[in-house]
Amino acid sequence: MPLELADAIAPPEGPDKDYLWTLNFGPQHPATHTTLRLILTLDGEVVVKAVPDIGYLHSGFEKLGEHLDFNQYVTIVDRMNYISPMANEIAWHHTIEKLLGIELTPRCKYLRTIFAELSRIHDHLLCCGAVALDLGGFTAFLYAFNQREKIYDIQETASGQRFHPSFTRVGGLQADVSDEWIAKVRTFVKEFPKAHADVVRLLNRNRIFLERSQGIGVLSREEAINLSATGPIARASGVVRDLRKDEPYLAYGELSSAFKVVCATEGDCLARYLVRMDEMLESLKIIEAAIENLPTGPVNVDANSKAVLPNQMAVYRSIEGLIHHFELIMTNRQWHAPVEEVYGAIESPNGELGFYVVSDGSGTAYRARTRPPSFIHFQLFPYLIQGHQLSDVVAILGSLNIIAAELDR
Amino acid sequence: MSNEELVGVLREKFGDGIRSSQFRDNFRIHVEAARVHDVLAYLKHDHGFDMLVELCAADYLRYPNATDRYGVWYCLLNVSTGRRLIVKTFVNDPSPRLPSVFDLWKGADWMEREVYDMYGIEFDGHPDLRRILLPDEFTSFPLRKDYPLRGRGERHNFQPITRAEA
Repeated sequence: MPLELADAIAPPEGPDKDYLWTLNFGPQHPATHTTLRLILTLDGEVVVKAVPDIGYLHSGFEKLGEHLDFNQYVTIVDRMNYISPMANEIAWHHTIEKLLGIELTPRCKYLRTIFAELSRIHDHLLCCGAVALDLGGFTAFLYAFNQREKIYDIQETASGQRFHPSFTRVGGLQADVSDEWIAKVRTFVKEFPKAHADVVRLLNRNRIFLERSQGIGVLSREEAINLSATGPIARASGVVRDLRKDEPYLAYGELSSAFKVVCATEGDCLARYLVRMDEMLESLKIIEAAIENLPTGPVNVDANSKAVLPNQMAVYRSIEGLIHHFELIMTNRQWHAPVEEVYGAIESPNGELGFYVVSDGSGTAYRARTRPPSFIHFQLFPYLIQGHQLSDVVAILGSLNIIAAELDR
Repeated sequence: MSNEELVGVLREKFGDGIRSSQFRDNFRIHVEAARVHDVLAYLKHDHGFDMLVELCAADYLRYPNATDRYGVWYCLLNVSTGRRLIVKTFVNDPSPRLPSVFDLWKGADWMEREVYDMYGIEFDGHPDLRRILLPDEFTSFPLRKDYPLRGRGERHNFQPITRAEA
């Protein structure tokens, strides 16, 4: 049966509807986790209509993107989905490199792949943990957060920053990784399955958790496609689509035999949780395959391509190096982008994260549009909640994994 | 069907106003604003582009060699074949309007509201065209190029300029 909104514009009103009750959910509420507001119309415990009200965290990221250059803006995209910042950075520079026509070095491709998959685990851990937390299972949340700390450590070892690494650059990375970083990733690969199994044992057969999530917020395959759902939410509804397999980027083409695409057909909150849990193990396989086959060689593209800064010795010891450095740093010079526009997307933990960049030929985007998966997914909410109970609001909200910073940008 | 064949079929059906361009793997079809809903409906029903991945706009006020002001793009995806297509159209001041594609893809709902919020492009036939990110009482459209990045006070008192003056 297709999902339809009871009445998209007018709220159910009138003398015979006086018994309906309006409830404000948020903007500050522990179960929204971030700042968003829902205006719910209740018939007893049943939600008959939900109107999301967003924009509380709007801070004009896309306007800033028109004024910061390709490398500076990475600090802003970091702050969109701050649960998995590296995925945003990779998506941004993926699009910019597509615009500039830069082919990355093999080592950089593998390193970015590892970071992207760590981000996926990072994001899914929070989502699965928070769903459990909202439904009353506090312990699983702590187990998940413990592993998130390990990933923060890995990010810190590589970039010096835990929360917002800003690690990617046009044509490469801020720095090459150390042996210590590789050792930390190997340790993580070894230890993570145990923590994952702990969460599975706590939740997958937990009767309270199952009854709160099974059959709640069912999204059919047709509706998922029609409502532009992507990522784990679409895959939980039976849309077999994953950009890592369908449009391979970075090293996913070479590593495609290492992982499978996880799908489900039920489309309810439980399916979305299970898809995310299983995707973490698939991500771990990619990380394992990538770290053991990590190519040697430079991490950045050749400095003569005038896309990356030359190393310090070249700047101090040669006139060409000094000129390269100067050209990239001066705001009226920088990269020579074609006067074109390009849409580039990656499979971020939450779904298709794309950037539509319009370039006027300078080193700053003329228009830096983000296609934020949280924004697209939150419009599913009024459809999914209809006819369910008030207590199911948090279950559906948690399973959609709405990150308000990305929602409002 | 290759991209060239698709353009041929569209030209046959919708006239010579259809143009196409390619950059990297992005294949774009340029349509005039009046035909865009018909073209999108045809692409959805006859060519299986069943997902609207992305819809947004840009203000081409000071863009090199631009003649129109607002460009709106629709990134389509055929889920079963994985084929992508971008449909692009332009609208102009003083009252930029486009037909809503909410009747084709429900996912267009919030994306069109965001375009309205940021650029003031109105979508005819949208069921609930309100501001989405900014407060309802906000009077400007902040992603337009004549809206300044910073400056308290001037933010609400800036001089709007038109394409003819740019």
